[in-house]
Amino acid sequence: MSEVSHREREQRARAAREKRAAFGPDLDLGKYEHAVEEQGYLADLSAVPADERQTLLDTGIVLDGTRQRSATFILKDQSPIHFSTKQEDVEVLSLSQALKTHDWLDQYLWRAIEVDADKYTAHVALEHTDGYFIRSLPGARTTLPVQACLYLGHKKLAQRVHNVIIAEENSELHIITGCSSHPMSTGLHLGVSEFYVKKGARLSFTMIHNWAPGVEVRPRSAAIIEENGVFMSNYLALKPVHAIQMYPSARCVGPNARARFNSVLVALQGSRIDSGSRILLDSPGSKGEIISRTISNGGEIIARGDIQGNAVDVKGHLECRGLILGESGMIRAIPELTGRLARVDLSHEAAVGKIAEEEVEYLMSRGLTRDQATAMIVRGFLKVDIEGLPPELDKEIQKAMEESEGELF
Amino acid sequence: MLEIENLSVAIGDKPILHDVCLSVPKGETHVLFGPNGSGKTTLLMAIMGFPRYRVITGKIWFLGQDITDLPMDERARLGVGMSFQRPPAVRGVKTRDILRSLDPNAGVQNEILEVARQLSLEELIDREINHGFSGGEIKRSELLQLFAQAPRLVLLDEPESGVDLVNMALVGQMTNRLLQKDLRRTRSRSGLIITHTGHILDYVNAIRGYVMIEGKLWSEGNPLDMLDCIKRSGYKECMSCQR
Repeated sequence: MSEVSHREREQRARAAREKRAAFGPDLDLGKYEHAVEEQGYLADLSAVPADERQTLLDTGIVLDGTRQRSATFILKDQSPIHFSTKQEDVEVLSLSQALKTHDWLDQYLWRAIEVDADKYTAHVALEHTDGYFIRSLPGARTTLPVQACLYLGHKKLAQRVHNVIIAEENSELHIITGCSSHPMSTGLHLGVSEFYVKKGARLSFTMIHNWAPGVEVRPRSAAIIEENGVFMSNYLALKPVHAIQMYPSARCVGPNARARFNSVLVALQGSRIDSGSRILLDSPGSKGEIISRTISNGGEIIARGDIQGNAVDVKGHLECRGLILGESGMIRAIPELTGRLARVDLSHEAAVGKIAEEEVEYLMSRGLTRDQATAMIVRGFLKVDIEGLPPELDKEIQKAMEESEGELF
Repeated sequence: MLEIENLSVAIGDKPILHDVCLSVPKGETHVLFGPNGSGKTTLLMAIMGFPRYRVITGKIWFLGQDITDLPMDERARLGVGMSFQRPPAVRGVKTRDILRSLDPNAGVQNEILEVARQLSLEELIDREINHGFSGGEIKRSELLQLFAQAPRLVLLDEPESGVDLVNMALVGQMTNRLLQKDLRRTRSRSGLIITHTGHILDYVNAIRGYVMIEGKLWSEGNPLDMLDCIKRSGYKECMSCQR
């Protein structure tokens, strides 16, 4: 590991201040507000206003203790307003607090993600940015998820977040992140998340996006997975948003490391989603899988996928399936595979289209109405079987899906 | 139960059925013979109400109601049920999902699961429907759905095709049960079955048979006698015995 000095890091960020992102519409950061009032720390979560509480609930974040969570982190606008853990071997802190607690943590910043990847990473690096630090200690086992919530309450804010997640050796960590905003917000969310999965660790990260029709979203996430480590990302974007552009990546650097991305994306009229997943199989025996299910009901979706086989005996599979429900709308599936050695095994399947009339009629011949038949097919289409997820998280995903159905039909 | 009057059906602009008349009373099972491409499946699809099968002239009556223009799902809810020869796979939808939608009565669900067990489908009901199913699995899965649907009129399109000998006995016996063989006096369910091989007749008590050739019904009679005649002299012979 090479340690990049602060000065060099800053220089690189400065040089990238105007650097356009590889994908997605270019945003003028000058349009947004960057400094907002600090939000005070809330020791007692019952102080969160009822309307915000409901918005959080829609993304699987529960503040009233009705569902089991091992720890909680909440960030509003730019301020971490709450972090607490019920489990001794899981640390949940704000990043600023964690940097004070752990002098070694600095070396994890900007290691999974290049600081000069684009203007958004540069902006996050150059401005004072906080976020969450979640770490499972070596050997820690928990099936109860840690919940983290990022809330954009200010209307015109360019919200900056920098998160670091570490699953130490042989630990198991499950995180559910809900990202949401005030319904009238026209802000921007810039989220940098760096994941480190150590030897033999298992990390699942379930993210539910619930933005507003005016919000721009530019997450920048990457994971580094060591020997026998498992990284699993589940991403759900089911509600209207102005535009999301993201292309998270996972690098398998240790033998037999595994990565899997599951995405379920719904674009309603006016929403543009450009979302991909990339897996770099850099170590012998590593495995990667990318599954995406996309539905356009008037909106535009670009579903990218990229698996690169850079070591012997690696295996990767990519599956992009898109369904166009309305008369308008667009889905573009762009699956890419790159093999750099003979002993790699990479495959993909992609399909985009409307619901097969034959299938609708088959169900109608059993007595289902056209709407019921369509709903059953869409529900089936969106159902991605996710292995190894604790039941608590599985339930959250099902619930989020059921709630989004109302907007599709 | 089912009355078909002078029915002519086209697929697109192509006429397939010509002036077909047929009557299946309550509690009776009838059989349709005929060469490939003669229009047997078209007749069943038209009774079920698939929009691609366009009624040009004639009427379909079911339980005294003219259902000629009724949408397919309404016909199904009235009590028309069909087993398909090659149903489509519906990705992500499990057989169990369909069973649940057919059977809102949770108490009855257990009976259906028992039928699933008898059809050796316990594991299959949690797989995506028809996806990678063998020929025999499809037939059994179609039967299971019909048990859950409990229709008054059962339309079976070649229930024996693709079924091996061991499974044939199972499919035959269960079809017989679906058609309420044991209820002699009170039998109320009717059936219309397409068969090429006639194997299903070893199990099902069909009392009337028809031969369809080139979209017309040519003869009718005792199904077993007709099957013998077809085996001996072929379908053409049937054209000589006018109805």
